[in-house]
Amino acid sequence: MDLYVVVLVEVLYGVASLILISAGLAIVFGMIKVINLAHGEFMMMGGYATITAVNLGVNVFVAMLVIAPVAVGLVGLVVERLVIRHLYGRLVDTMLATWGLSLFFIGLATMIFGNTTTGISTPIPGFAIGDYQVNGYNFFIIVAAALLLVAMLSVLKGTRAGLVARGTMQGPEMAAALGYSPDRIYMATFFCGSALSGLAGAILAPLVGLVPTSGGAYIAKAFITVIAGGPSLVAGLLSSASLFGVVNQAFTFATSPVIGEVALLVAAVVLLRILPQGVTGTFFKGKI
Amino acid sequence: MPGDLTRDAITITLVTGVLIWVLPLIVGTYTLTVLAIYGMLGLSLGLVWGFGGILCFGQAAFFGLGAYAYAIFAINIGESTVPMILAVLVPAVFAAFLGALMFYGRLGDVYLGVITLVVTLILFKVINSTAGPQYVIGNARLGGFNGIPGFPTLNVPGIPDAYIWGDRYFQVCAVLLGLVCMLVTALLRSSFGRIAVGIRENETRMSLMGYDVRARKTAMFAIGAAIAGLAGGLFANWAEIVTPNLFSLGQSAEIIIWCIVGGLGTRLGPVLGAAGLAYLKFLLGQQAVVDNALVTGLVLVLFVLFLPKGVVPALSALWRAGAGRRPRGRVRQRRRPPRRERLNG
Repeated sequence: MDLYVVVLVEVLYGVASLILISAGLAIVFGMIKVINLAHGEFMMMGGYATITAVNLGVNVFVAMLVIAPVAVGLVGLVVERLVIRHLYGRLVDTMLATWGLSLFFIGLATMIFGNTTTGISTPIPGFAIGDYQVNGYNFFIIVAAALLLVAMLSVLKGTRAGLVARGTMQGPEMAAALGYSPDRIYMATFFCGSALSGLAGAILAPLVGLVPTSGGAYIAKAFITVIAGGPSLVAGLLSSASLFGVVNQAFTFATSPVIGEVALLVAAVVLLRILPQGVTGTFFKGKI
Repeated sequence: MPGDLTRDAITITLVTGVLIWVLPLIVGTYTLTVLAIYGMLGLSLGLVWGFGGILCFGQAAFFGLGAYAYAIFAINIGESTVPMILAVLVPAVFAAFLGALMFYGRLGDVYLGVITLVVTLILFKVINSTAGPQYVIGNARLGGFNGIPGFPTLNVPGIPDAYIWGDRYFQVCAVLLGLVCMLVTALLRSSFGRIAVGIRENETRMSLMGYDVRARKTAMFAIGAAIAGLAGGLFANWAEIVTPNLFSLGQSAEIIIWCIVGGLGTRLGPVLGAAGLAYLKFLLGQQAVVDNALVTGLVLVLFVLFLPKGVVPALSALWRAGAGRRPRGRVRQRRRPPRRERLNG
């Protein structure tokens, strides 16, 4: 019985971390059709922002939930104004430019922080379920991911800003004719997406040893989760993250973490071959 | 494409010959060898992407497969001729399967990008985790993260003791690069090449004209992989070790950067881009002030923003304007449509 609880927690944790990793990319790709390949580096910067703030004496949760998103959001704002803004509508060009940005940020982080591993300890202690020891921080990640999804859904569906953003996504000319500036909405969306990437990087920072190249570990997973999710933002994110999270954890339990990762990637290839429009391109149509 | 094949062949032969003679006076042949190999690798993606319109994010996978195929078979066979052929064939067959999987599924270019990227990652992760002694192919231990060292390097075909190394090896690589250039030229002049460019420009139109777009794209993808595999085999000989880093995303990114900087839709561009940027990286590696990745990234961003066509097309346009020659036909004058439409066909 205890084992099942532990496995359930691990699977939930796998799904939740995929949701966290992909949320920022999903916003940017889903809303403004820009694939941000520097997404992993935004997460890396979120991690470094958290660690730097904690080392300066800031409370770890403040650093994680406030400082990191704002810092990375601002970086995203600069990136959007200088680079992305000129490339809207040119999907492949944005991919290439953001890939360049990702290398640029890796280089920058290497120059500032050095090519060494840094990290902070997890702020929540572990506890026991029966005979098994569970990492308490996993629960924090599960709760954070759930809150994040609820927040995204309620902002997009329940607020005027979300309505305007969705409207602009469907018809920029129409939104412009109604007096909203698509340029500024895209800018704000990119800021939100970057901030979410920073938040994800910050929340995951205590679990990994951070190096300047850490972003590479996230980008592929985020990329495939978002693409496999399809056109609907929240529903797509939830469905593909659940699918891949379960596959990953199942194979990790059955064999080894490496096979788990490989199984996730193979599942992605197979899924994209069968459903090239993503999960929500076929199921749950019209949801957000 | 104006001119004829014989003239191109003579030009390529002359240029290759002169460069083999002149370049070693300026740069060491050890560095030049790897520049030639990278040039070949750049050309492989330049063919697939620039002429075939297939954006492959995982060209490094074929490069790495070629290198690993060479290393594994060289250890098992003990000489280099058959492993070199296999270094070309293994990636080509793999690419044919992967290409068939993708193109017969009619996947769009973003999905193509994702799948090639993911396949590269899978290879990287799998090879990376084969550290234990139980992972053996014949006599070759895969070695995981440490890679495979100590395999026999290139020898004169039929004489296993006559190794080719140093200046000779550079000449072999340069001549092979020249040959691959000629092959690509011939391919592009053939009906296959013209139809491939047609597919790049408008896929639907070509399939309505009765061409099997899926089979042709698969074949193009496999040819590109074969060239990348050859470059991989040569690289294994140059480095004398193969490691999983050959499959890394960084390697794939670099190949794409070479093509963008050199110029897509040209044969010369990717080769020059590869050699030039690899040499820049080599020079940057000798100083510690600026990080390498920072410069590479900046170069890519600036090129996408300000010179998305690349150096070679820009220079040749400049040359034509300067020489007062009128551009041939309307097609060359027309502004290029946004790349997204072009790639979607």
